[in-house]
Amino acid sequence: MRPTREITRSPAANGIGTFLSTTIGRLLVSLFVPAITFVVLYQVFIFLRDTQIPQWITAIIAILWGVGGVLALFTISNYVIEQLGPSWRRRLIPFVFVGPALAILTWYLVLPTIRSFIASLYDARGINFVGLDNYIYAFTSQEMLQSYRNNFIFWMIFGTAMSVGFGLLIAVLVDRTHPVFETICKALIFMPMVISGVGASVIWKFIYEYRPTGANQIGLLNGIVTALGFESQGWLLLQPWNNLFLVIIMVWLQTGYAMVILSAAIKGIPSDLLEAGRIDGANEFQIFRSIILPSIQGTLITVTTTIILFTLKIFDIVQSMTGGNFGTQVIANVQYVQLFRQVHNGRASAIAIILLLAVLPVMYYNLRQFGKQTEAFR
Amino acid sequence: MTSATLSAPRRRRRPRFGTVMVYVVMIAITLLWITPTVGLLVSSFRPADDVKTSGWWSVITNPERARFTLDNYRIVLGLPLPDRPTPGSGSRVGMEVALLNTLTVALPSTIIPILIAAFAAYGFAWIDFPGRRALFILVVAMLVVPLQISLVPILRDYVALQLGGTYLGVWLAHTGFGLPLAVYLLYNYVSTIPRDIFESAFLDGATHFTIFTRLILPLSMPALASFAIFQFLWTWNDLLVALVFLGAEPRVQVVTQRLLSLLGQFGQDWHLLTAGAFVSMVAPLIVFFSLQRFFVRGLMAGSVKG
Repeated sequence: MRPTREITRSPAANGIGTFLSTTIGRLLVSLFVPAITFVVLYQVFIFLRDTQIPQWITAIIAILWGVGGVLALFTISNYVIEQLGPSWRRRLIPFVFVGPALAILTWYLVLPTIRSFIASLYDARGINFVGLDNYIYAFTSQEMLQSYRNNFIFWMIFGTAMSVGFGLLIAVLVDRTHPVFETICKALIFMPMVISGVGASVIWKFIYEYRPTGANQIGLLNGIVTALGFESQGWLLLQPWNNLFLVIIMVWLQTGYAMVILSAAIKGIPSDLLEAGRIDGANEFQIFRSIILPSIQGTLITVTTTIILFTLKIFDIVQSMTGGNFGTQVIANVQYVQLFRQVHNGRASAIAIILLLAVLPVMYYNLRQFGKQTEAFR
Repeated sequence: MTSATLSAPRRRRRPRFGTVMVYVVMIAITLLWITPTVGLLVSSFRPADDVKTSGWWSVITNPERARFTLDNYRIVLGLPLPDRPTPGSGSRVGMEVALLNTLTVALPSTIIPILIAAFAAYGFAWIDFPGRRALFILVVAMLVVPLQISLVPILRDYVALQLGGTYLGVWLAHTGFGLPLAVYLLYNYVSTIPRDIFESAFLDGATHFTIFTRLILPLSMPALASFAIFQFLWTWNDLLVALVFLGAEPRVQVVTQRLLSLLGQFGQDWHLLTAGAFVSMVAPLIVFFSLQRFFVRGLMAGSVKG
């Protein structure tokens, strides 16, 4: 009997064995490995959140955990899918690649756009429906009207015009100098670009600082003004011109960007084109207007739209220089204040939607231009 | 846009009237541009009393009275002072902690979106699946959404998930805000890699995952580096995301936040502000001067950050 039973059982046992090692086994492994990974990652997260160990150790663990965790998630999800049959593999593998990006984008940008819009129709704590009240606030309140004036007139028009204008001027001038001189000038003018808005604000505090006339000035601008025999000025209190003084900080930061990109475009103009113009007897100004300007038009539009986007969303310079006081309020700063000081989610959301609508056409234009120039990335 | 470097190739110059004027104007503009930074640099080495009572330019106008010290840097970095007792922990500036925090925020906030974006770019460019085009358009469309849009909803989620004030929360936020651009740029790069490279690998039985990690990642290094530098500077210099998602606890604050609170309480702390600002600029300046070529390229490509 025994042998027979052995014989009758063994195919089934084999079948189960094979079955286990293929379908269920794989399924179990598929569930077990990610589960373990998640548990480990989660435990490290809790540990990092509550730990009291030295800062630098936390920092290293955090970095390893974050980067390693992402790598592990990709590797494991790929491993799991490779355990499946070929048809499922083919169906699921694209989502190993694009899934994480889509998930994060959906959570951080796609859904928030809808959720912000809904929140903008509710009150401060998101409980009662208030219709368009928050938009009425956004289009009639003192601070928002002031922000529109500052954002659109001072920051967008003056700021962009000055950054692009200076950038173009410097790009054209520097093109005529010795390459070594050119490299040094460009690097120095470009350098502020890598400084944070807050860092730049500290730097410019030492330009605009006010001390009464007769006292020792520590702000450079008042140092010059008093040395010339004038009264010292509280530059950041002079409404509405204080906006212009803040805009100058932005111009100082962004001109380098405009300059570098425009300069590259100018160097891309075929030199025989310029040569031909000169042989035809055009003067330098005519060459600039009739050859250089048309040739770099596309780049000029990209640079301009990019800086416009930057000015519409300007936040850190205003927040650190004046906090939006003294008539220098801007849209992004009102949103921040509504979010944290007033804790008014409805208004903060309405302002975000307005910002989106303001950015939308510029961004669309910018992207279209950019699409024509993607070879710049290679 | 091909010669996209600061040290552009030299073009034949013709001697012309006014060349001297060009040099004079350029020197004037350059001096004007660096004066604010030089002023801060000089101030950061002056003793506290001097910073408060006289302009930094008095170092040039009155050189015999000029005094210099490293104390400002010692104080902001929490190092002991040679001739005075170290200030108590109450008056600490804690820039060294903030620097470490910034690094902890900026490094993963740079690497994670690049990894995720590179995978996605490969998926969109080289794997055929239904809805590919529509999903890719969705990703690119997200470029227009300013990050302000997500502050209210995401903050709500973070409260529910207890992610507020954690590094993970900030990394994810920076990842989310950096992804549309990263995917878009890397897609443009990855999609131009010649098809032959893949085909021989596929014939050898390689999976998409192997091809991606062994072939595509190494080949895309220039594009990855350009975007990495840009994203690193963006996250290093960021104030808004840190203020909103990291919160006010000094233990986790980054340099821009520390600097902002120093600015708020200035009046008596001018000397610390100078050194603090410089400390916060060190990493971006190192990146700028050592990786200029990549940086400019990444900047040109990355001009559309949302």
